[in-house]
Amino acid sequence: MSPHHRFFADQARWSGWEIAFWLAWLVAFFLPNANLALLTQILVWGLFAVSMDLLLGYRGLASFGQAAFFGIGAYAAGVLGKLGWTEPVSGLVISAVVAGLAGMAAGRVVRGLHGVALLMVTLGLNSLLYDFVQRSTELTGGDDGLPGVTIAPVLGLFRFDMAGRTGYLYTLLCCFVVMLLLRALLHSPFGLALRGARDNARRMQMLGAPIDRDLTLVMGLSAAVAGLAGALLTQTTQFVAPEALSFQRSADVLVILVIGGAGMLYGGFIGALAFIFLRDLFAAINPIYWYFWIGLMLVLTVSFFRRGLLPALVALKDSLRRPAGRGTTSASTQPAAEEVVR
Amino acid sequence: MNDTLVLQTEGLTKAFGGLSIFKGVDFALRAGERHAVIGPNGAGKSTFVHLVSGLLLPTAGTVRLMGRDVTRATPQQRVRAGLGRTFQINTLFPSLTPLEAVVLALCERDDVTAPSLHALFRRSELLDEAAALLERFGLAAEARRQTLLLAYGQQRVLEMALAMAQKPKVLLLDEPAAGLTTAQGHALFEQLSSLAGDTSVLFIEHDMALVFGYAQRVTVLGGGALLAQGTPDEIRADPVVRKAYLGH
Repeated sequence: MSPHHRFFADQARWSGWEIAFWLAWLVAFFLPNANLALLTQILVWGLFAVSMDLLLGYRGLASFGQAAFFGIGAYAAGVLGKLGWTEPVSGLVISAVVAGLAGMAAGRVVRGLHGVALLMVTLGLNSLLYDFVQRSTELTGGDDGLPGVTIAPVLGLFRFDMAGRTGYLYTLLCCFVVMLLLRALLHSPFGLALRGARDNARRMQMLGAPIDRDLTLVMGLSAAVAGLAGALLTQTTQFVAPEALSFQRSADVLVILVIGGAGMLYGGFIGALAFIFLRDLFAAINPIYWYFWIGLMLVLTVSFFRRGLLPALVALKDSLRRPAGRGTTSASTQPAAEEVVR
Repeated sequence: MNDTLVLQTEGLTKAFGGLSIFKGVDFALRAGERHAVIGPNGAGKSTFVHLVSGLLLPTAGTVRLMGRDVTRATPQQRVRAGLGRTFQINTLFPSLTPLEAVVLALCERDDVTAPSLHALFRRSELLDEAAALLERFGLAAEARRQTLLLAYGQQRVLEMALAMAQKPKVLLLDEPAAGLTTAQGHALFEQLSSLAGDTSVLFIEHDMALVFGYAQRVTVLGGGALLAQGTPDEIRADPVVRKAYLGH
């Protein structure tokens, strides 16, 4: 294998940290006092933040409307469950497809928009949907949420139990499968094209790249992942309310991603871990004013670790591995933090 | 060089509101020709390149590429029809390595779809082609460094390599030597001479030594209009050009 080929192969190879990350989630299941409901929430938020990362980290587009797709997936799963389609795996796939199609449609609306204009249009779309869900009481249950959502046991065998054991493993497995697929996609020519368009859309045009088509595809993909996260929330809690697609959720997912680190695939999960654990901790201290501390954490993270926690952790690992006095990287070596971005 | 016209504009005009910044320019580029476009600042040189490459649409007039009317075509459609270009200011992928950037250019050229780059390289010659291109442009040693870490001159060369990766039939170079030393500029043009093959090249350049040393024909623009066209010797001798541009 040539050095060039090895360069690409190394990017796609599983690292020890990545394997440890997934094993840790599995080990958590067996810990005697693990709060599986909280860990499931973290996984759902993590996957949701990964959907945001596809847009922001890999395509360079910020959105204030990502919760719209989370909500579409959540309500799709809820309505399916209420109408009698209780099989969870197919329900999950259908919900992701519905959200993905909505994302592709939104992709056509926001085509050519950047920066503040894009933020405002995505925020507007989110608000439209939020109001629609609140008003459509017959379909969605309005403010009170959708009652009577029934989800059958996974594979007909594993019932969603009160302790959240089935819900946790089900969510973990879904997250793992989605991450496997995304990982492969981001190391494909399409993933390279996304990063190219993030860096320089004009140059991509002059390479003949179909950047509009790719934007529609990535919006659809990102929305499908967000919708899948929403559907997981509905299926594991057997309830869905308009909060699923509130603006607050769109803002929170951005906060989670920025804290965790955008453009690094796992940054969403790291951000979700920090955000949800701290939210619980701060809410225990003061149930009303806990967002003060989240705000403080955001300010400190962005001030001291500009690119987020995960890049900071990778840089720390890199500096620990490098022997003292050998502080520079060779001409042909990427800084480790940059390698993970790929 | 032969008489087949690979790029042709007729009455090409661009106006913003009531202000015409490019006025009815007729231009022709022959197959295999190296053609320089010169003119003082504000003459409309970059506007001309943007109009030809599709980043600006003309108010009037036509653009024909390889005999096909592409006046209203998107930049991507023009690229597919055989057009390549570089930019006056480096327009690269800062976070990608030159290797990734060239692989990306080749994937777009060949419309590649594959489940992974790794799998793609096992079944195609694409990576070898990328490596050979980087080698020819003297970027092999820097191939796996991020582009933002490259020296300015290397980034200029990468601009050229990306455009050449598409194997364009018509290559537009917008001040390729901008920001380079005289020696670097000459080296870049020598590199281009040896690599261009039968690609027709239209380039904008301020350095008259490069223009007269490299171009087979020269077009002179002034105030968004065509001032003169001819061989380098004809342009040197043209009294209008001498007065308007060369200053004597």
